[in-house]
Amino acid sequence: MDPAVNPAVNPAVNPALLLLADSRLPAGGHAHSGGVEQAVTSGAVHDVPSLAGFLRGRLHTAGTVAAALTAAACACAAGPPPPEPAWGLLDAEVDARTAAPAQREASRTQGRLLLRVARRVWPSPVLEGLARAVPNPHHPIALGAAAHAAGATPEEAAMAAAYHAVGGAATAAVRLLGLDPVAVHGLLAGLAPDLAAVAGAARSGGDWESLPAHSSPALDLLAEQHARADVRLFIS
Amino acid sequence: MGANHEDHHHAPDGHGRALRLGVGGPVGSGKTALVAALCRTLGPSLSLGVVTNDIYTTEDAEFLRRAGVLDEERILAVETGCCPHTAIRDDIAANLDAVETLEDRFGPLDLVIVESGGDNLTATFSRGLADRQIFVLDVSGGDKVPRKGGPGVTTADLLVVNKTDLAPMVGADLGVMDRDAAAVRGARPVLFTSIRQDPTAATVAAWVSEQVAAWSHAHAAHAS
Ligand SMILES: Nc1nc2c(ncn2[C@@H]2O[C@H](COP(=O)(O)OP(=O)(O)OP(=O)(O)O)[C@@H](O)[C@H]2O)c(=O)[nH]1
Ligand SMILES: [Mg+2]
Repeated sequence: MDPAVNPAVNPAVNPALLLLADSRLPAGGHAHSGGVEQAVTSGAVHDVPSLAGFLRGRLHTAGTVAAALTAAACACAAGPPPPEPAWGLLDAEVDARTAAPAQREASRTQGRLLLRVARRVWPSPVLEGLARAVPNPHHPIALGAAAHAAGATPEEAAMAAAYHAVGGAATAAVRLLGLDPVAVHGLLAGLAPDLAAVAGAARSGGDWESLPAHSSPALDLLAEQHARADVRLFIS
Repeated sequence: MGANHEDHHHAPDGHGRALRLGVGGPVGSGKTALVAALCRTLGPSLSLGVVTNDIYTTEDAEFLRRAGVLDEERILAVETGCCPHTAIRDDIAANLDAVETLEDRFGPLDLVIVESGGDNLTATFSRGLADRQIFVLDVSGGDKVPRKGGPGVTTADLLVVNKTDLAPMVGADLGVMDRDAAAVRGARPVLFTSIRQDPTAATVAAWVSEQVAAWSHAHAAHAS
């Protein structure tokens, strides 16, 4: 049977997307809090409602930018033209949208670790080309390329990026504050329409310069304070 | 670290790289003391790197740097996000990255030691991170610990029972610990140490030397 018309063979949800978005993907994400650790230290996040505000803000700023860049990276990986010469340019677009040095560092660390995992799990010339062009890519670049190698579309890649922007932060808050994990998962479920909107808005075509560039000064400051903290449990 | 940091993706089969030795065990059993002892004893003859997984702060890395047993740039600390066992077992990416960073900067190395954050008896290293692992207990945890077993005690390549100098003070019977460990470990070795009394940890260092020799014999770089 033609896989395109058999829903059992061509399900609505790409299983590769589940793997990419799963917090158990062994790519080092478990040790990043996305600013939550510093927000807990400063008192800005201290309970479920304050976490809800933090996550919504993170999704609509850093998450929206990451989703758009990830979709662009996934489309770039699919070509044409051949992606290898373009990776450096797209990577620079991420740099330009990531003001805090600590966040750039965290993004590159996560990108490098994800690329390492993806090259073994979904071996492909595209990922080898990315590793040659930018061995230490920003996370959205690695995620977009990995999503392509795994058979996902730019829209699916954007969804994984949007979820990544809030999922790790939510887990970190559960660990750091001992919050009720069910209540926190309720928050994530409540963000589902926002996740869909953010992923849906991430266009794969168009100029890279016109990709969204929202800033979130509070996240930038938290990241810089965190990098200078004497005591910390999370990398970022 | 910039975008053009070198690509350090290594083949997982281990050819042409250092032996990776995990050192795990409960909080305070003497893991860092053992790592320092191994650096002291093996440092003159082997090219070493160390990765620490502190639960909080970079205390262990600082201790090792202050102890002056190894060039401080050869010691890297990894943060583990409240989950020391995740970082050595389920998601080893950050540790692998640190190990490969050391190999890129100082390689070829003979031995990279990865100390886990102090955890419980169930914590063991993934075979994807550590080629060999040592589990360190101490006698003051009670002489019943080997009997309780757990994957660390039963499956580690070497079980070290440290702080034997404290045995009389805590009423621990080393004979019982030896017998119980043998019962759950079969032929796998157990060594009793007091790093307080022998800061070179000579018996453990001898075991590690043998492992390094066997590893480099079996995993010499492919001729190119
Ligand atoms: N009496 C005695 N004390 C020891 C011995 N070995 C280590 N210690 C002491 O035990 C304490 C803990 O040692 P560490 O080496 O820091 O233990 P650790 O397993 O690395 O601890 P964590 O990393 O915090 O889990 C220190 O105060 C050491 O000086 C020993 O053989 N005898
Ligand atoms: Mg220690």
